[in-house]
Amino acid sequence: MASMRDIQRRKNSIQSTGQITKAMKLVSTVKLQKARAKAEQARPYFEHMYNTVSSMLALSSDIDHPYLKAGESKKKAVIVVTSNRGLAGGYNSNIIKLITRGELKQEELKIYSVGRKGKEYLERRGYEMAADYSDVINEPIYKDAQEIGKAVLDAFKNGEVGEIYLAYTSFKNTVSHQPKLIKLLPVELDKTEAAENKSIPMNYEPDEEEVLNIIIPKYICGLIYSALVEAVASENGARMQAMDSATSNAEEMIADLSLMYNRARQGSITQELTEIIAGAQAIS
Amino acid sequence: MAELFQLQIILPNRILYDNSVSMVEMNTSEGEIGVYARHLPITTILAPGIVRIHEESGIKEAAVHSGFVVILGDKVTLMAEVAEWPDEIDVNRAEEARIRAERRIGGGETGVDIARAEMALRRALVRIEIRDHVK
Repeated sequence: MASMRDIQRRKNSIQSTGQITKAMKLVSTVKLQKARAKAEQARPYFEHMYNTVSSMLALSSDIDHPYLKAGESKKKAVIVVTSNRGLAGGYNSNIIKLITRGELKQEELKIYSVGRKGKEYLERRGYEMAADYSDVINEPIYKDAQEIGKAVLDAFKNGEVGEIYLAYTSFKNTVSHQPKLIKLLPVELDKTEAAENKSIPMNYEPDEEEVLNIIIPKYICGLIYSALVEAVASENGARMQAMDSATSNAEEMIADLSLMYNRARQGSITQELTEIIAGAQAIS
Repeated sequence: MAELFQLQIILPNRILYDNSVSMVEMNTSEGEIGVYARHLPITTILAPGIVRIHEESGIKEAAVHSGFVVILGDKVTLMAEVAEWPDEIDVNRAEEARIRAERRIGGGETGVDIARAEMALRRALVRIEIRDHVK
């Protein structure tokens, strides 16, 4: 059995770890609330954008537009949204698994990374890194999304990449976050959903192609923006959960160690008493 | 009183405006248009300009810098990337941006920089104009 001092030392160490995880949990709870409000505010814009674009494409299925078909290049651009900090449970590794699990071939990918964790991991694995925007994940604003959107669209227009993907963690609620890999370009939408709006004939000014030229990049930026804000909310949600379970694990261990400590204390007292009594008996 | 319709101005990070209005004027890439209820369904691109919202109780103005508008009979949705109310505009900053942009255009640079400077100049002018309106 471990000595009393060893147990005490262990208990103290776990106690201070528990305090740290508890504080981190509180911090990420506050951050989560802020990030969640931001993600919810971004939703109406994105939903309208999605509806507009999908009904546009449903009505005009015969348009031949560069944004609607894959480019000739085999390369695929992937925007990977992870976090700059760890200790968020499986948050980062879930995103990385999306990339590495084999649906996408490593040599065909060009990574646009947002978030240091994903960047470091993929870089080490030898993926081709095109650009890094890790600074924006702390406090994403729409301008960041525009910048990233412009970079990938330029690559698409120049023929450097043929398809554009986005990997991020979508935020459903505080406890449920889903890692997602979606295709940004060429635009593919659920046509059955949009077909319901088919009854209204829509006019375009100046013309369909021009409107698509302007709207699709905005649609991409909107998508990237909502991915960024949702990822921040998910990151903090994931960290909150991870820290919560770490705190309760620490509490459990402290309870066990307290029991062990008390047993050891009781044992040593009993032993002392036995020794004293035995000594007294020997004298008398 | 003219018939009312619903107008929404939606930004990536918030909803700027959502109410019933009788008319809305805006600057599109094809020129200025005014929209009443039961307008022909149309989707068009917005150019930097002032959006004039005619409510029952009066006229409101907002600066909209880029985006597009979807007009659908009884509902008009403005999807703007950047837009603001006059009281959110910092006139000094807009003035500085105007001077900077004018210098750049006058400075003989070419290509993308000129296009960018022109856009910046138009934004600055819209901001200054709408601010002067309100005063």
